[in-house]
Amino acid sequence: MEKLFLTEFPELSRETLRFIKKGFDTSYRAFSREYGDNIEAVFDPVLYFLVWFEKLLQNSPWPLVLICFLAIIYFGSRKISVTIGSLFAFLLIGIFGMWEDTMSTVSIIGVCTLLSIGIGIPVGVMMAKSERAQRICTPILDVMQTMPSFVYLIPVVMLLGIGKIPGLLAVVIYAIPPIIRLTNLGIREVDSEVLEAADAFGANPRQKLFQIQLPLALPTIFAGINQTIMMALAMVVIASMIGVKGLGQPVLKAITNQYFAMGLFNGLAIVALAIIFDRVSQSFGHRIQQHRSGARE
Amino acid sequence: MSEIKIQIKNLYKIFGKNPKSALEQVKDGVNKDELLEKHNHVLGLKDINLDIKEKSIQVVMGLSGSGKSTLIRHINRLIEPTDGSVVVDGDDVLKMNDENLRNFRRTKTAMVFQRFALLPHKTVLENTMFGLHIQNIDEKEANTRARRWIDRVGLSGYEEKYPQHLSGGMQQRVGLARALTNDGEILLMDEAFSALDPLIRKDMQDILLELQDELHKTVVFITHDLDEALKIGDRIAILKDGIMDQEGIPADILLSPKTQYVKDFVEDVNRARVIKAKHIMSELNGQDRDNAMFVDQDDFIDRFIDKVISDKPNCLIVKNKNNDDIGYLSTKRLSEILKR
Repeated sequence: MEKLFLTEFPELSRETLRFIKKGFDTSYRAFSREYGDNIEAVFDPVLYFLVWFEKLLQNSPWPLVLICFLAIIYFGSRKISVTIGSLFAFLLIGIFGMWEDTMSTVSIIGVCTLLSIGIGIPVGVMMAKSERAQRICTPILDVMQTMPSFVYLIPVVMLLGIGKIPGLLAVVIYAIPPIIRLTNLGIREVDSEVLEAADAFGANPRQKLFQIQLPLALPTIFAGINQTIMMALAMVVIASMIGVKGLGQPVLKAITNQYFAMGLFNGLAIVALAIIFDRVSQSFGHRIQQHRSGARE
Repeated sequence: MSEIKIQIKNLYKIFGKNPKSALEQVKDGVNKDELLEKHNHVLGLKDINLDIKEKSIQVVMGLSGSGKSTLIRHINRLIEPTDGSVVVDGDDVLKMNDENLRNFRRTKTAMVFQRFALLPHKTVLENTMFGLHIQNIDEKEANTRARRWIDRVGLSGYEEKYPQHLSGGMQQRVGLARALTNDGEILLMDEAFSALDPLIRKDMQDILLELQDELHKTVVFITHDLDEALKIGDRIAILKDGIMDQEGIPADILLSPKTQYVKDFVEDVNRARVIKAKHIMSELNGQDRDNAMFVDQDDFIDRFIDKVISDKPNCLIVKNKNNDDIGYLSTKRLSEILKR
């Protein structure tokens, strides 16, 4: 008896466990049946915007879209090499028949990044301003970053069904932590002497935030945005499982049918997008902080 | 004569978890070391009383840890005291609400910091305009006022540079211009020149004195350097371990130090460069004026000592600006002062 207790972990009976799980699932299902439509309605504007953006990219003439992309890349990075590299990457993507999927991916990444910035920066500011907010948010962020994404896909799908919005939510949940964390960090790292000077000149909290803390935290925030974009890209395959169009879907198809070449092409397209996003956002981040490291004249 | 601008009364500051209870201990006579050891609280300031006169430069001097930076931060309430009051122009700074305090800081005071505390993402011009932007003063006026002060501290041509591109001395000029542009009556300078190398420091001291001749601000100047204190201070307060050892005009502190600490401090000072004739003269009452030499009351000893040695007068007669005789100084007294 004694030995049995030590080798077998004393667990709840199968009956009880089933009861707990079933109870949990039933009540959540009831909740989603009751409120699912309302919650979905909340996201309608985002959905419209996403669909509009995707259609815009897909239906406009490809040379025009390509020129716009290259212009953004050039003005973001101010580097000819990055621009030319991107041109070739996009041309190859198009030639290998992935233009349309790539446009879908770009549109969802774009919208997810905007959403993450829109939500993440205010949350990060809140965390930096209040110790209590930081104590509450940190464990939530830990869960968001470490919980396997499939696990939170389940309730999202139960609630909102399959489609763009649940995919978008899954991507945002996964990708938003870095921007929140780095906004918080960036603001907390602002030199306390500079803040004291602001206090001494009678700055109010809003003036301190917008004139000192956010501008000085900007490079760190930009590192967060860069991370967020990278993580959003990493999620496109998983998001495709719940119906998000884009480069993830062919990859998924390739996995289930063992099409190696198809998986590789689309995978490389995702890599190309990642590199372009990364280079552009990094050199933009460097540029906005040039005045700090800039050599003495 | 001149009005009291800032009045600091019975000011206590104790750092720690429960300063109020520690305050009782301090008032009962527990000293700094004991307070730290037994009650785990740090005594920042103890019973500070200081009246700062309008349009004068009040120096607060002490070594690091003496509480001088803590004291200056009480004047614009960057630090909350544990007990006591700070009254500026009749208003108790410690009773102001947030809004009033901000207004007080915006319009009455301006501060210059030891490590400049400039905004690295703004240009010299924008840094100088910072105080005015905070007050929402319109851009054109802010620009004109800022440029005037940038010019005044000798930084014309650097308006569009970033602070990182400037040397330490130039950065502190920006700090000074920023404070002056704010046009408050009170200028708080927290070891403003301590981070600069000696030659630049001397330059900055001269700039400050020159500006003060013209602007007549009430300046509170913190330093750990006695020479600097003696050079620019109208009055000097000496802090040690949060307690004010002595307060007075430079000559008094040199000639009659009250505590051993102050005595040690002033021992090596070249008195001839600090003491003026008026500080050591005695009253005129019919002393023998044979072979007398005339000196101005505001002349430092080193201005006339060479002449005393070469001319060998019997005594010195001190004159004021209107050329009236106002005091008498024997050569014996003079040599005593210099010998000590």
